[in-house]
Amino acid sequence: MPAPDPATAPDDPVTDARTVLDGSDINRALTRIAHEILERNKGAEGLLVLGIPSRGVDLARRIASRISQTEGVDVPVGSLDITLYRDDLRRQPARGPQHTEVPADGVDGKVVVLVDDVLFSGRTVRAALDALADLGRPDAVRLAVLVDRGHRELPIRADHVGKNLPSARTERVMVRLTETDGHDEVRIAGSWEGDAR
Amino acid sequence: MKKHLLSAADLTVDDVATLFTTAAEMHDVQHREVKKLPALRGRTVINLFFEDSTRTRSSFEIAGKWLSADTINIAGKGSSASKGESLRDTVMTIASMGVDAVVMRHGASGAALQVSQWIDAAVINAGDGTHEHPTQALLDAYTLTRRLGTLEGRHVVLVGDLTHSRVFRSNVLLLATLGARVTVVAPPTLMPAGVETWSKDVGFATSYDLDEVLPTADAVMMLRVQRERMSGGYFPTSREYTVGYGLTRDRLAVLGPDVPICHPGPMNRGLEIAADAADAAQSLVLDQVSAGVAVRMSVLYHLLAGEGGHA
Repeated sequence: MPAPDPATAPDDPVTDARTVLDGSDINRALTRIAHEILERNKGAEGLLVLGIPSRGVDLARRIASRISQTEGVDVPVGSLDITLYRDDLRRQPARGPQHTEVPADGVDGKVVVLVDDVLFSGRTVRAALDALADLGRPDAVRLAVLVDRGHRELPIRADHVGKNLPSARTERVMVRLTETDGHDEVRIAGSWEGDAR
Repeated sequence: MKKHLLSAADLTVDDVATLFTTAAEMHDVQHREVKKLPALRGRTVINLFFEDSTRTRSSFEIAGKWLSADTINIAGKGSSASKGESLRDTVMTIASMGVDAVVMRHGASGAALQVSQWIDAAVINAGDGTHEHPTQALLDAYTLTRRLGTLEGRHVVLVGDLTHSRVFRSNVLLLATLGARVTVVAPPTLMPAGVETWSKDVGFATSYDLDEVLPTADAVMMLRVQRERMSGGYFPTSREYTVGYGLTRDRLAVLGPDVPICHPGPMNRGLEIAADAADAAQSLVLDQVSAGVAVRMSVLYHLLAGEGGHA
């Protein structure tokens, strides 16, 4: 991983967290991802954008609305909770599942774009694929993430990446979104900072 | 949340909120093509029922199966218990097989608590004598919450055979936790002894006059007249009970069309509840059954899924 840039770090008094994507960076990345999805799919036909709670859902909505603006058609969007499909379910106290919401016509025959904020070990995506299989049989599943920080533990890769962010395993990548946190920002810190992943 | 679910009093407001949020997600699974979640894969749940039950037992069984737990039913009748084995020996035998949870119904009040002290597995009380039936109270409150939004400050009226009702005991405890205003109504012979002090401790009102209470009700829960627990003499005739305490067509008119009606089942139609009331649009009887599966999935999930869940 790169050494902390002295020009930007530390911007947090407690930790050495520094900003790697600001609001306009995130904006541009999501717009690009939306266009990549359209290009790959040759239009918005059959698309279903599913976010993984919690921040993946907000990102999914933003990507879907950008696709809708570009193509002039409504793209269905939903959420896919993976809590019950996690492989570490019994390593921690039971957590309540979050909301899964899939449009009434289901996932069968759709091109599902899974959206998450950070791609790390790949275990979340593995769980999401299992959850999706219980809902039906999509024609194809693609993966879009805001940040790919490496360190995969499973053979999984993203189709659309906002930013590749080389990181050390011990580092924390924190995604802040206006919908949940009041502002848009992606930060990386060398030490633990609360709700990091 | 505690390791066992023995009493509705074990649950805090936060516990109930968590259980209900999870139950709402589990409820959606009922409408899926693949009704299966992997959360309890490899866990074993024993339904140990020493009393007859159709809906509770099948509801726990479905709940366990939809969460991928291995669910096994053992009925008291026809088991070694009927050959004279003691409860302790029966339970210890089952526990030795390596089960993670025992869902238990027994005719003796306090049986579930007793068993929880003997074995390592989580114990869920599915009815112990005339004492408690916490998952029934949970599904009742869940069903009412979905209909009314919140139970805080709402006037919930429970009517019927209170003396023999574990549903009543669990319900008043849970409804008190959720901030509902509760009035229980029964003929003097079916009002439990000592209810005066208990009602003050828990915080609910008692009445012998259903017609006086009904106009202010936000929800009505009719309880079954448990003939199998009665040796007779509690009321002169069925007809007299119905006139005084049944939810008749006339009382249904007093309630109006918006006040939800619950009944834990099985219903004695024509005795405590008229067919008009049981089949009215405001009757939540079938919603209760469907909620029962979701709520029990939620309970099994929270007791068994995490690291504290018994392995």
